[in-house]
Order: sequence, then C-alpha cells, then structure tokens
Amino acid sequence: MPAVSTQGEPLLRVEGLVTAFATEAGQVRAVDGVSFTVHKGKTLGIVGESGCGKTVTALSILQLLPLPAASILSGRILFEGEDLVTAPIERLHAVRGNRIGMIFQEPMTALNPVHRVGRQIMEAMRLHRELAEGEALRATVEMLDKVGIPSPEIRMLEYPHQLSGGMRQRVMIAMALICNPGLVIADEPTTALDVTIQAQILELLQQLQDDYGTSIIMITHDLGVIAETCDDVVVMYAGRVAEQGSVEAVFGAPRHPYTQGLLQSIPRLSTPRKSRLHTIEGMVPSLTEMPVGCRFNNRCPYADDRCRSSYPDLDGEEGQHRAACHHWQRLEQQL
Amino acid sequence: MNGPLLKVSDLKVHFPVKGGVLLRARDKNKAVDGITIHIDNGETLGLVGESGCGKSTLGKAVVRLLKPTAGTVEFDGQDISNLSARALKPIRRNIQMIFQDPAESLNSRHTIGNLIAEGFEIHKIGTATWRRQRVAELLEQVGLPTSAAERYPFEFSGGQRQRIGIARAIALEPKLVVCDEPVSALDVSIQSQILNLLLDLQRDLGLSYLFVAHDLAVVKHISDRIAVMYLGHIMEIAGADEVYAEPKHPYTRALIAAIPEPDPGRRGRAKIVLAGDVPSPIDPPSGCVFHTRCPHAEQKCSLEKPVLRDVFASDGVAPQVACHFDL
Repeated sequence: MPAVSTQGEPLLRVEGLVTAFATEAGQVRAVDGVSFTVHKGKTLGIVGESGCGKTVTALSILQLLPLPAASILSGRILFEGEDLVTAPIERLHAVRGNRIGMIFQEPMTALNPVHRVGRQIMEAMRLHRELAEGEALRATVEMLDKVGIPSPEIRMLEYPHQLSGGMRQRVMIAMALICNPGLVIADEPTTALDVTIQAQILELLQQLQDDYGTSIIMITHDLGVIAETCDDVVVMYAGRVAEQGSVEAVFGAPRHPYTQGLLQSIPRLSTPRKSRLHTIEGMVPSLTEMPVGCRFNNRCPYADDRCRSSYPDLDGEEGQHRAACHHWQRLEQQL
Repeated sequence: MNGPLLKVSDLKVHFPVKGGVLLRARDKNKAVDGITIHIDNGETLGLVGESGCGKSTLGKAVVRLLKPTAGTVEFDGQDISNLSARALKPIRRNIQMIFQDPAESLNSRHTIGNLIAEGFEIHKIGTATWRRQRVAELLEQVGLPTSAAERYPFEFSGGQRQRIGIARAIALEPKLVVCDEPVSALDVSIQSQILNLLLDLQRDLGLSYLFVAHDLAVVKHISDRIAVMYLGHIMEIAGADEVYAEPKHPYTRALIAAIPEPDPGRRGRAKIVLAGDVPSPIDPPSGCVFHTRCPHAEQKCSLEKPVLRDVFASDGVAPQVACHFDL
C-alpha cells in the first residue's frame, strides 16, 4: 500500500487558502488554510459533508465566488506557473473555460435554457479561439460525439430541456473540454443522476482523462465515487483539511477519527443486514460557532484537553499521507 | 392475524397527460402498471429503482394519497382502494408516511409540539395533558430533547427535522410506515443515525416498513425483502441478501454493479454499464419494458411481456423474477 500520494508533475498548487464570507454575525471563514496539489493527468478528490467548504474551495480556484460577500483573505493558487489569486481579471478570463473547465452538479441551471446546446458549446470555444463558424461547428459536433451523444448534428440544435439529465451532463462535459483544458473541476457531477447514468458519466470522464491527459478535481460527498475515480483525496471538515493522501492509503488505513467514522457509518453491501451502524454523534458545528481547538472535538470519541485548546496541524510532509489529529499515531497503535 | 398486513394486487396508477388547447387528456403516464406485492407484520420491504420508475407513486397509492386506476390495496384484510375519505379515516391511523424532505413536509408556522400532536387532534385522542405527555415521550423516543416541543422547525437541522417527521409518523402507533427516501437528503454521518433509529423503532414497536429509496446499500441494510422496479413494473423480488448475492434479473445486476463502493481495491472489477436512458412511461417499450437497454435482449423480449415467476431459492424465500430467461 503506497503511503506516498501519487507523484508526478504538479499542475495546480493551492497553498494556505483562506476564503471568508461577510455575514451578519461577522466574518466567517468557510475555507480556513487549505493546501493541496493536483498532478498532471491525475484525479484529486475533495470529499466532505455539506458545509465543509469543498465547493467554496473549487469556486476560489476560479474566483467565481459571490461578490462582495466572499473574499480570499490569504493563500496562493498556483496554476501553470501563475498565482490566480493576484492575477488581473483579464488573465482570469483567459484561464476560465479555457485552461480550467468546470462541470456543475445541476446542468439544468448551468446551461442557458433559451439557447441551443450546440451554440452554447461553440460560444465557449470562440471566446478563446479565433475560429471560423464552420470550424467551430465541426469541432462541436466532434466533441458531442466524443462524449457519447448520439446523432450530434441533430442533438446540438436542441434546447437543454429537450435532453435527459444524463445527456445534459454530457453536454456540460463537452463544454468543459472543448478548449482542451489542463484541469477540469467537477463539482458533484453525478449527484443528481441515477446510479446507472452515474456509472456512464464516471466511465466517460475516465476515458476522456485517458485520451487527453486532463487533470480532474472531483468534488463529492460520496466516498464510493472517490474510491472509484480518484488517485488522491482530501477529506475536509468544517473548512479545514482533516486528512489527505493517496486513495489507497486514506481508505485502507484512515488516520483521522472523522475519516474513520465516515467510512464506518456507510452501509456497505457486506455489512450484516439490520445491524447497528456506526454513527458520528452530534452534527457539524455552524461556521459562526466553531469550537476552540480541533473543530471535530465535540464529536470525537478520543478528544481530550489538548484537542479542546489547540488546533492540530497536518503532520508529515507535503505529498505524504497526512492527518490533522493530535492523537492519530497513538490511535493507530491501539487499533 | 393470518395473511399479510398489506397486499397489493395488480395495482395500476395512471396519470392523464394533458395537452392541446382544451387541455384534454391525450395520453397516459403509466407510472405504476400492474404491481403485486405484500408485506407481513414486522417486515420491511425495500423498493428500489431509478427516478421515474414509479416507486414513490406506489408508496403514495399504498397510503391512499393517490387513488389507484385499477387493482386493489388490501390492508389488514380490508380492501381500501376505493374507500371514501371518511371511511379511510380510521385506517389512516395505521398507515403513516415519512417523507424525503422534512423541511417541506413540516408546517413552519407550528411548534414541534403542535405538529406531533396534530394526529391526536384529528382522531380526537386524549386530553391536553395526556397529549403533552405523549409528545414528550415521542420526542425522547426519536432522540430529541423534550424542550423541542416549544420550538419551530427552522430551528432544527435536517437530521433533527427528519426525527420530528418520524415522531409524527409513529405518534398514532401505526402498523405500517411508508418511508419515501427518508435518508437521501441527509449527510452520511447523519444518515446512519436515522437508519439506526428506524431499526430501533421497528424492534420496539413491531412496525412494518415499505422503504422506498434509490440507494441500494441503504435499502439492503434495512430490508428483509427487496423489490426492484423499472418503468412501473417489478423486475425482481427476493430476500435482501439473495438479491445481492445472486441477482437474477439483468437490470438488478446492472444496478448492483453500478454502485460505487468505498473500496479502491474493487476498482478493477468488471462493470456492466447500461447504455442509454430510461424510456418514457408515457410510451413504454413493447414486451419487456427493459429490453431496450438489456444486454441479453432477444427478439422474444420486444414481443412478449415476461410475467413475474417463481425461481428456485437457496434460502427459502421464493424469489420472483420477470425475465424470459434463466440467466
């Protein structure tokens, strides 16, 4: 079992990202000191429950945050040798949809309902490439064919509402990939889909990654999807990284009590029927009422005074299997 | 009591599809098209299938929130499929429902205490003091503080609201509870809390469940038997372990193969990826409704509708499968 995360050429490095929202209760940090690296041609998963900051992390990379409420307080986002946090807006325009593509959870809200899907894909391409109408048309048909849309010449003339959920998500993927980006950020791309359609879409993403060597950030709450599609994983809890490492290491020997609890509480096909499931007591604290010290301390079975006074940093080296827990080494010996 | 608690026979629920200038019914959406199931006392029947397969419609027809187009629903030996609202009232005490989204199914202007006591009021049960006491008991039973009775739904998280929905459903001590996707809106760590609660209540109160969900691992965990639905039809019914160990229908096999399991070691396994989308229930395929996506389909499948037939079982629960072939 490799303890070291997938090595390779880094494509995106997020360092100490802090993103905050102005609320009536004051400024709250939805993302508080998150760092990770995405390697070329690899898939990084970000997993966590609602409100853990996984989507805000993704939106911060492209600076698609709702303004003026949200702002990046500190940190760097290095993509292809450029810091996107300090980059001028023209540079961001050149990167968004071109070098970094985005796939959202609900294609019905992400696609424009009054334009034909083919036109929407061509628009994405012609924004970044100087192409004649005919060339753009040919490329669009080719891409729709590539993502598995039958008779693309006809389907590209349809409106989003005429397509099924799975087909709409394929259109979204075609749009994200049309400029051959280095990185695709997929935010819960299959959550709204049925399992058999989810299997189709995950297989398609894998195949496109093999063909184009695109890196993917896969954001999901579904640990099954992470295990099935990712090389590395970042487990987030309450705006911070609880644990990160290769998928094999994190799923094989989880170190953080939160990751352990999550993995134990899912019913699996091998769990005996009607047996008691493991639970994580309590619930995620609200961002305005974060506990002092480790943010998981009010739900953690192993919490002691140290956990209630000081926040544990991620231990270990960058690129290794790391956990933000004061006690993981002791726990590992006990288990 | 002899015989099953709930018996659904050849049930059909069709919805008119309106169109044209005068909004006349032009077509029928055959959401549930000839379903036969039963649930015994204290048993959980899981109902799985993808969106649009008719599983929620079937659940609503059992509670008689919908009137069946044809077929019968028998509860405790009594045919309730054509009863008037008044005749249904005493039976409603015994069949309750838990909904997917507790935020939408709880009236935000009532206190939790009033919401839970609503059933007592409708059925004129108990005095005000008794009701207050019973609400406190119920809150405790579902793992909420008794002080919750004075508060309003918005003050609670999703998991807590689902507990309130459950307290409402069990308040009248029903025999059957229809659970329509009760955990699919919840986070993983909360989901297991609610599943444990449902199992505890079943053990303590002897409840029967019709558990409708799309998450197969969840359904398998809580059910005794499982029915797999596709386009308004049952494809397979069998014991919960049997369905997973030896799925007989090609659709069941594809569904199980499509579940992403949180185990990276399984990644290399052989996958069955079904091509295409689920056809529309307004114009379902001829013959076997699954034949357009079935990897084993032959000519016979598009011509002849397979009946749900018994097949040999190793564990005593006779599984039934609707397929022409023994695959």
